[in-house]
Amino acid sequence: MADSGPTAGERFINGILPENPVYRQLLGMCPVLAVTNGLMPAMTMAGATTFVLVCANVITSLIRNLLKPHLRILVFTLTIATFVTVADRFLAAFMPEMSDALGPYVPLIIVNCIIISRCEICSSKQGLGTSIADGFGMGLGFTVALLSIAVVREVLGSGSVFGYELMSEGMWPRWGVMVLPPGAFLTFGLLLGAAEWFGMKRRERALGEA
Amino acid sequence: MTEEAKSGSYLGQAWLVIILAILYGAALAAVQIGWSDRIETNKRNKIYDRIPNLVGSEAIVVEERLVTGKDGREKTVYRVADTEGSLIAWVLRAEGQGFADNIELLVSVDPLFTTIKGMSVISQKETPGLGDHITSPERFTGQFAGITALKPLTVVKETASAPHEIQAVTGATISSESVTTIINRAIDNFKQPVLQSERERETT
Repeated sequence: MADSGPTAGERFINGILPENPVYRQLLGMCPVLAVTNGLMPAMTMAGATTFVLVCANVITSLIRNLLKPHLRILVFTLTIATFVTVADRFLAAFMPEMSDALGPYVPLIIVNCIIISRCEICSSKQGLGTSIADGFGMGLGFTVALLSIAVVREVLGSGSVFGYELMSEGMWPRWGVMVLPPGAFLTFGLLLGAAEWFGMKRRERALGEA
Repeated sequence: MTEEAKSGSYLGQAWLVIILAILYGAALAAVQIGWSDRIETNKRNKIYDRIPNLVGSEAIVVEERLVTGKDGREKTVYRVADTEGSLIAWVLRAEGQGFADNIELLVSVDPLFTTIKGMSVISQKETPGLGDHITSPERFTGQFAGITALKPLTVVKETASAPHEIQAVTGATISSESVTTIINRAIDNFKQPVLQSERERETT
């Protein structure tokens, strides 16, 4: 079966910025808002999600010709749930502190729409190489998005980067609100607005040149 | 069998799901076997970190005693002593069903099981923002320090008035009740066996 749709390279690039799962598709909002109060939890969450994305894409792509249309969502969910459980146990065994810090948000990767949407849009229709590229592209896009929010919140809220103090308490009065839930909404809203604004400017320029 | 008949049959439709479920189940079992020891060690370290908070900073775990509870199951009970070596508390590890998933917690009681000295949740997956406040000392766990262990704890929605009452976390009555149920069961299950084992040690 010939691949139709974007090539592996296009899939990879699309995932990072043009179709960024967070800034362009607004998917996976729960971890975006919940675990971005520090760079470490954000990085761990991004890593776990990328792992699940790539693995689910690989399996779905391999069995794509065997899928029955009305049972496909069930198969996707089963596959995703398995890899999420593996990721959850891995964190509990090797990174217990992060596992505690992320708490229920690791098992909640199961309901992260980014993953099931990639199974539906890409890996259930395209070959293995393209699906792997898609998984890494989207995973990287998700990582960039989480880190961009987390860096703002951690620097302003705790004056540190990856837990290392950047500015002392005297130099920078901690904006406590930034590590609390409202900080997530404020930061994400402003960054999303900025992303839209730059996108609009670029489209205007492209129109002007045409 | 014709292609049409095959696709109409139950197995023809579901074979992939069934095979995948079996494969995934086996994979998860392997993960569990491979990593469960490590996860258990991590939990144990966490318990040792928590015990001073539950009992007092001078507390030392002097013994991990295997005690058979009333339900016939063996469990580890931590015997905690002060720096001079005299018994100041027992720490029980208990678990049970919460609102979302299993809740695991530590509860420490005085040597005679008359008062609860403290409670600390080790693992829970309750609803973020509501049920997960059961881990918060200000909102919930602080109430357990010094409460009676002679009467089963009950959860109330208003301010607690009786010595065995615990005020529920707002919006998470089921999670709060799960915690008190787990504690009541653990104390009931281990009170007599632990006291009995202590008497036996003293006489020998």
